[in-house]
Amino acid sequence: MADPRGFLKVTERETAKRRPIEVRIKDWREVYEDHDPAVLKQQAGRCMDCGIAFCHQGCPLGNLIPEWNDLTWRQDGRAAIERLHATNNFPEFTGKLCPAPCESSCVLGINQPPVTIKEIEASIIDQAFDRGWVEAHAPERMTGKTVAVVGSGPAGLAAAQQLTRAGHTVAVYEKDDRIGGLLRYGIPDFKMEKYHIDRRLEQMSAEGTRFRPGVAIGSELSWDELFRRYEAVLIATGSSRPRDLKIEGRDLEGVHFAMEYLTQSNRVVAGDSVIDQIVATGKKVIILGGGDTGADCLGTATRQGAESVTTLAIGFQPPAERQENQPWPTFPNLFEVASAHEEFGERKYLANTVRFIGVDGKVTGVEVAETEVIDGRRVAKAGTEQIIEADLVLLALGFTGPEGEIEIGDARVERDEKTNLSRSDKYATNIDGVFVAGDAGRGQSLIVWAIAEGRAAAAAIDEYLEGTTMLPAPVKPSEIGMHA
Amino acid sequence: MSGLSPFERFNTAPAASGLYDPARDKDACGLAMVATLRGTAGHDIIDTALTALRNLEHRGAVGSDEGTGDGAGIITQMPDRFFRAVTNFVLPAAGEYGAGLVFLEDDADSRTFEASFAKLAEELSLKLLSLRVVPTDDSVLGDLAKTAMPQIVQVFVGSTNGATGDEFERALYLLRRKSERSLKVYHPSLSAKTIVYKGMVTTLQLEPFYPDLSDERFESKLALVHSRFSTNTFPSWPLAHPFRMIAHNGEINTVKGNRNWMRAREARLSSELHKDLEALKPVITPGGSDSASFDEVLELLVLSGRSLPHAMMMMIPEAWEKQTDMSLQLREFYEYHSMLMEPWDGPAAVIFTDGSLVGATLDRNGLRPGRYIVTEDGLVILASEIGVVDIDPSRIVRKGRLQPGRMFLADTATGRLIDDEEIKAEIAASEPWGQWLKDNRINLKDLPDREHVAHTKNSVSRRQRTFGYTEEDLRMLVAPMARTGAEPLGAMGSDTPIAALSEKPRLLFDYFVQQFAQVTNPPLDSIREEIVTSLSVGIGPEQNLLDATPEHARMVILDFPVISNDELSKIKYSEDAGIGKSHVVKGLYRVDEGEEALAERLREICLELDEAVASGCNFIVVSDRDSNRELAPIPSLLLTSAVHHHLIRAGNRTKVGLVVEAGDVREVHHVAALIGYGAAAINPYLAMESVELMVRNGTIQGITVEHATKNLIKGLGKGVLKIMSKMGISTVSSYSGAQCFEAIGLSQEFVDAYFTGTTSQLGGIGLEVIAAEIASRHSSAYPVERATRPHEELEVGGEYQWRREGPPHLFNPETVFKLQHATRTKRFDIFREYSKLVDDQAERLMTLRGLFMLREGVRPAVSISEVEPASEIVKRFSTGAMSYGSISPEAHETLAIAMNNLGAKSNTGEGGEDVERLLDPARRSSIKQVASGRFGVTSMYLTHADDIQIKMAQGAKPGEGGQLPPNKVYPWIAATRHSTPGVGLISPPPHHDIYSIEDLKQLIFDLKRANSKARIHVKLVSQVGIGTVAAGVAKAKADVILVSGHDGGTGASPLNSLKHAGTPWELGLAEAQQTLMVNGLRDRVSVQVDGQMKTGRDVMIAALLGAEEFGFATAPLVVSGCVMMRVCHLDTCPVGVATQNPDLRARFTGQAEHVENFFMFLAEEVREYLASLGFRSLDEAIGHSELLDANRAISHWKADGLDLTPILAAPAPNAGPLRRFTFQDHQLAEHFDHQLIAASIKALEDAQPVSISLPITNTAQAVGTMLGHEVTKRYGVEGLAEATIDIHVSGAAGQSFGAFIPKGIKLTLSGDSNDYVGKGLSGGYIVVKPADSSVYPADQNVIAGNVIGYGATSGSMFISGIVGERFLVRNSGATAVVEGVGDHALEYMTGGVAVILGKTGRNLAAGMSGGYAFIYKLRADHVNHSALTDGEIDLLPLSEFDASALKTLLQKHVEETGSKLAAKLLQNFETNVKDFTKVLPRDYARVLEIQREATQAGEALDSPKIWSRILEVSSRG
Repeated sequence: MADPRGFLKVTERETAKRRPIEVRIKDWREVYEDHDPAVLKQQAGRCMDCGIAFCHQGCPLGNLIPEWNDLTWRQDGRAAIERLHATNNFPEFTGKLCPAPCESSCVLGINQPPVTIKEIEASIIDQAFDRGWVEAHAPERMTGKTVAVVGSGPAGLAAAQQLTRAGHTVAVYEKDDRIGGLLRYGIPDFKMEKYHIDRRLEQMSAEGTRFRPGVAIGSELSWDELFRRYEAVLIATGSSRPRDLKIEGRDLEGVHFAMEYLTQSNRVVAGDSVIDQIVATGKKVIILGGGDTGADCLGTATRQGAESVTTLAIGFQPPAERQENQPWPTFPNLFEVASAHEEFGERKYLANTVRFIGVDGKVTGVEVAETEVIDGRRVAKAGTEQIIEADLVLLALGFTGPEGEIEIGDARVERDEKTNLSRSDKYATNIDGVFVAGDAGRGQSLIVWAIAEGRAAAAAIDEYLEGTTMLPAPVKPSEIGMHA
Repeated sequence: MSGLSPFERFNTAPAASGLYDPARDKDACGLAMVATLRGTAGHDIIDTALTALRNLEHRGAVGSDEGTGDGAGIITQMPDRFFRAVTNFVLPAAGEYGAGLVFLEDDADSRTFEASFAKLAEELSLKLLSLRVVPTDDSVLGDLAKTAMPQIVQVFVGSTNGATGDEFERALYLLRRKSERSLKVYHPSLSAKTIVYKGMVTTLQLEPFYPDLSDERFESKLALVHSRFSTNTFPSWPLAHPFRMIAHNGEINTVKGNRNWMRAREARLSSELHKDLEALKPVITPGGSDSASFDEVLELLVLSGRSLPHAMMMMIPEAWEKQTDMSLQLREFYEYHSMLMEPWDGPAAVIFTDGSLVGATLDRNGLRPGRYIVTEDGLVILASEIGVVDIDPSRIVRKGRLQPGRMFLADTATGRLIDDEEIKAEIAASEPWGQWLKDNRINLKDLPDREHVAHTKNSVSRRQRTFGYTEEDLRMLVAPMARTGAEPLGAMGSDTPIAALSEKPRLLFDYFVQQFAQVTNPPLDSIREEIVTSLSVGIGPEQNLLDATPEHARMVILDFPVISNDELSKIKYSEDAGIGKSHVVKGLYRVDEGEEALAERLREICLELDEAVASGCNFIVVSDRDSNRELAPIPSLLLTSAVHHHLIRAGNRTKVGLVVEAGDVREVHHVAALIGYGAAAINPYLAMESVELMVRNGTIQGITVEHATKNLIKGLGKGVLKIMSKMGISTVSSYSGAQCFEAIGLSQEFVDAYFTGTTSQLGGIGLEVIAAEIASRHSSAYPVERATRPHEELEVGGEYQWRREGPPHLFNPETVFKLQHATRTKRFDIFREYSKLVDDQAERLMTLRGLFMLREGVRPAVSISEVEPASEIVKRFSTGAMSYGSISPEAHETLAIAMNNLGAKSNTGEGGEDVERLLDPARRSSIKQVASGRFGVTSMYLTHADDIQIKMAQGAKPGEGGQLPPNKVYPWIAATRHSTPGVGLISPPPHHDIYSIEDLKQLIFDLKRANSKARIHVKLVSQVGIGTVAAGVAKAKADVILVSGHDGGTGASPLNSLKHAGTPWELGLAEAQQTLMVNGLRDRVSVQVDGQMKTGRDVMIAALLGAEEFGFATAPLVVSGCVMMRVCHLDTCPVGVATQNPDLRARFTGQAEHVENFFMFLAEEVREYLASLGFRSLDEAIGHSELLDANRAISHWKADGLDLTPILAAPAPNAGPLRRFTFQDHQLAEHFDHQLIAASIKALEDAQPVSISLPITNTAQAVGTMLGHEVTKRYGVEGLAEATIDIHVSGAAGQSFGAFIPKGIKLTLSGDSNDYVGKGLSGGYIVVKPADSSVYPADQNVIAGNVIGYGATSGSMFISGIVGERFLVRNSGATAVVEGVGDHALEYMTGGVAVILGKTGRNLAAGMSGGYAFIYKLRADHVNHSALTDGEIDLLPLSEFDASALKTLLQKHVEETGSKLAAKLLQNFETNVKDFTKVLPRDYARVLEIQREATQAGEALDSPKIWSRILEVSSRG
């Protein structure tokens, strides 16, 4: 750390500006302006290079944050990307999409705004791509072993890259027509433009990873069949079963799962045409669920020209500051203003959806009551019902686990009580040679956990195939973030 | 017993067991020499010597058995008249027969002895004339002494071939050696010139035990006496002093190396004078003490033809390397002899005699006292103290003191004193040493340069992996050294596993921990007293020690022990340069063949060396370069030590110089270890190449490659100097091979094979695991598949800063969070989660205690309700010594309030305590620390202590001083420390009043008188040998012994100290407990432990190992908000704990309640353990180590080999008390001050003036201190009006005259005083002047000893005469006038005024940062060199204002002392004042100026504005 007093000189946090709202909602491009190197240097200089780097613990990948903060401060981007890539296969994804538990655990955050770690991360990889520092690292010799990775989200891709580099022949299967999973079709471009995925896939292809999009395992190709072709199989299909809200009116036209809506929009933005696309243009939109997916729907609806958008959340509005039961360095639940929230729409809290109201089979509104907590359950408070008009209702209520059963021979991959796929300490399912990583095993989580699991599962598979491994294993399946 | 060496007989020490080892005994003592120049022998000399001995009683010690002394003895000339009278056979003429005592085992022994001895004598053309049974009176002896008492006879030996003089002496010498070796007896002496009487007696018992000594006919012209203070209570008869030629006070720190080198030299010894040189080998008898070994070598040198002074000059050379005022000839003498022998270095005062010459010398540091007087009738008395013999002052014509490196010599044959300069000049002129040097010596720097080779990035990083470099190594160690040329600092101790427990492969260096000086010898101050150090070393073949030829000077001189690649090339290509042959040994082996190949390669290397030496090779370069996929490097330390020891065994070591080319070396500890195991110089090529690369790729900026590399070399070399000084060693040549390390986690077999002589207490791994560790590193350098970790050039590291992939830390994100959360929310359940994370080391082993299991079920469990309450247990807890200054006032007070609320104890640390806190029962710290800086140590501070803690060493950096950088000396800190804001503060490495165990005894004595109710703690750091030190400390009457683990410590410290010095407390505590028990001393002291104590389990294990009290530092800080930033030294603590910055302090969130929660939780955990182990209180559990189980099945690949049983091997439970049951007998009632107190009642009760007159002797120590305590108790910080209690004493005052006396007391001494006058002076007034009847000129004679006014904070001293070394060290406010001083005066002074009217010694004002001095005819070359050149000090003419101040002081001096010198200066003051120089620290002057301006402008002195101005000037440099 070159300047031990940096945090005393620059006391405020400063991140890249978002483009003006009126401009940015007219396109699908990322909302942020370019990084300002001077600001980045200043912010990186606020890092205190702690004796115990809590950020490094807060990050499931174990990103070497103090190291690359220092290198950014020194403006040694070349070394910084090496140090960043050492723990993170895809910093461009996490740099844009991660909610940054590292920043929540930043020591500076005890009594000052934390270092802008996430943005520094994004800047390092952006610069690296711009300058051509992201190169393929093909193995020097092949092991002769083959591995199938099912699912091309962050977990699958991370595992695939690791295993390829270890000399295995890896094929990534994806049911959709493009590689990328949730990254591709779940995330709107205004949060991350898709060229980020494409250029990363280019690197992976150059290293030898094979991609098989448009192959749904279990239908187009049976699990049995797949298993016979590979020495090991990694299931990284994510937690894609959306949580439903089975109340009156659920079948009305105009009530959709968020992911359905987002996927279609993303396809269109990518240049595809979608028949009967669900669009918000000119509509009154209600989004159920106050999380990231809800915000993604909001931003999309805004850009499609919705007349109004209301986001309903069942719980309290989170506080702006940490609560006592979420002390530093845990990841707190705080009120957040995503770029979409700035742009448009209204947010309601303690809103308990009672039923969907429709006319002619089409949704026209939502009956909402105040939330009341009885015996720990959130229920509608009688007598507080009111109706909000709506032409489009999007359910962004989270995910409940992987879809479909996975059967190989007579065996079936076991699930835990939360219906996620069970795995051992070594990411192994009950079927020898079949592994699971990412949300499919962990349940809905953060992208950074997905990458960490992909890396760790790769190490487990490499060890399974070779007896030993040099690959890093940043997290255990049972590990969770620090909590009070 | 016949297999033992004679030194190992005639003592009562039990055999080594557990961690107790009698071989670790250390000693120190008092000594005296008496001689007459009148030319005739007399019994009066014996009498005087024995009187002196009796008056040195307080410097010796007695053990648990009150009657048994540690040893005393006397050497005299042959008392021919006496022997003629008491023998009944025909004695040859004086000088033609030899005589000496013999210690025999028993009667049977004595019967066989006579015949065998006679036969031996015959073979040497000698004849046993007769045997005389020496009359002894064993009724005076103590029980232990009696048990071990030998049969004592006297032999008389004549010559059968007419040999006389030296030839006869040599024959007797050979006979004695043969007799000792083959007959296994001990001869105190056997000579025709001298005789020794000694034994395991006290100073008072010597004469009654040997009635011979009382006989009037027993006559001599000289006598040397000695009283021993041994650290353990099992002294031995043979190890009493004097030996054959010397008696010694001090310790030889380098003795291991000296012994090894001596053994190595034996092969080359040759001399025509000795008939049978082989029979004299080994020259050094195993089992002897350091003094015994010294004596044996000295004797050989003298009997081989060198004069006694000459031999002494070889063995204890003065500091010649940096001496500007030494004659060239003498320098050349020393330089030449440095090529023959390394110094026997250590704090030493040695008195010596060959039967007619008698003399004394001090080592270069001058750390032992020695005072002498000469009377008009030629009586010379020299002793550790003045006043040991009562001599009428009017008879005295000269008084003086021993000076560092100087020799005091009397020739009793010619009847004259010979000056140091005269004798040395004569010896220096005896041969053309300078010419020999000029013709033969080669300076490496004079050889032609060779072309520099640069290495590519790929090559460097591949090899970095081979040698296990981490990113952290480069970032934290190498780069900072390259940038600044100094080793970086860290803070907050070390909480990672030691190498033996580490999962990661570790460098072999990590298994070795540095030893350090503690109590029995002092660490040195390599920075402020650099003048006595030397890093230069000569390499090349050594010649016959017993000869001196020009050839002996044929050596290559290296100025620095770390050499660049280019310098190494010069040695490698020595033949091209015409300086002799060199041979490069490749330290590589086939890594895939494992352990076998490694062992085999080492054997091959040894054979290769034998050949190289045989073919005339002069330099051996062991190298680990050129490894490749197949060949891995042997760890350089293993390679070096294996080679060194092989060469010694083969008798070849001194034929070659050994240089190491090492890729694994990258920190100072590595360099130190290599030198310690025999290397002369190290080339850390890869570290340098790494630096080159970092400069080239921009990681290190703003500096050239050459400069950066130079910085690295400088940093490594200077760091070694610091490590040496921690051990008290001043020169690299004596550190080389001295093996000042212990091993942890290495098997004894392995250590014996390759690191012979090193202690390894717990056993551990051998070659097999070492080979595995090498292989693991090697495979990461040559990975099967590089693409698996394409972005990871090197491993991350994580030793200093926590990283997920690095080693585990006890404090990591989870434990810090859980601990804070638990204590803040008072949740015991979360606290348990925290303790479980710390304690449960099943998966990742972190500590030795992690290997223990508690044996439940051995005793029936008790109900927890029966166990003593937590509120009782917490009273045994204390917080660590963290100074107000290092941590914020908020943090400091939070801890104090919490501990006071609990009835537990907090510790002031070494920064003093504000008076308002001192007197506030809620906010005071009940333990007051006394550290080497003595900041704020006043009578007031001591008076208000419950416990007084003497910090001998601290865990994070044993053997080093502390430092508070200028930017942390905020005004409020400066006030408490009696210093100046914005001016940095340094505490010296040693306490300048503790250079040995008897000095510690003195300080304990003093402090106990400064507050008789306070318990005195002595804080030690765990290392091998701590047991004997602890025993010594118990004998020195400490009430509490604190054993600190190596890993604790919150302060800033050089990284090598943090990681590589000292051992875990489990080892130190167990050794202390066992040794105290074996010595019967356990029941009189309390034992406290600290160092990374974190949980109830830690407390329980410590209690079972013998601790009664427990200290915590990091954990309560974490509770208070610390998040282990480890930047305490930077003043940037972001949570307001370790900072003084007001903005950051505002962020402090700690609360006393949280800290209280922590300790209550801990105590609750302890209660649960107690209940399950079957104890109702901690007291019941203490010392029950049998309840610990070390056989826990663990699957740790390395710890498997550890044998923890020694830790548990406590003496049988019936061997005595397991904890403290009684108190030390401090003999307070006998103190001199009771008379003073009784006579001062009016003053004490009514503040009425009183006047007292009394005689005094040197046995009255700390006079005035207890009285001072009474004054302070009543009158507080203000004291009484000046001189309210006016005391006049006459005679010789004992040590510590006037220590800590407050305002209101005036002590006037007519006569002499010893060391430490005015120690900690707290406002009192001291006058020392010659006795009224004295006739010598006061200003030319020594009137007071060393270290006068140490740590004085206010008050006045007027001393009419010269004083010894280190005058006014760490004075912060007193005013003193004196007429001459020794070396190192005004060191570390931060305030006050000194007036010196006479000569000064060298190195004046080193580290002086405040106050000022007026010095008459100051020699600028006597001022500390760097202080002058760096501009820290200005030498100025006196201003008018100064002149008038000086004049006032001179007038006062005349008034108080009648000083003739001052009167003379006043007579013509206007002229004389021009000869005065004002010594003024520059920053201090600047800050005062700012303050003056601020006061004039009416601004507050502690305003931020003024503070920033202060910082501006003080950081300007």
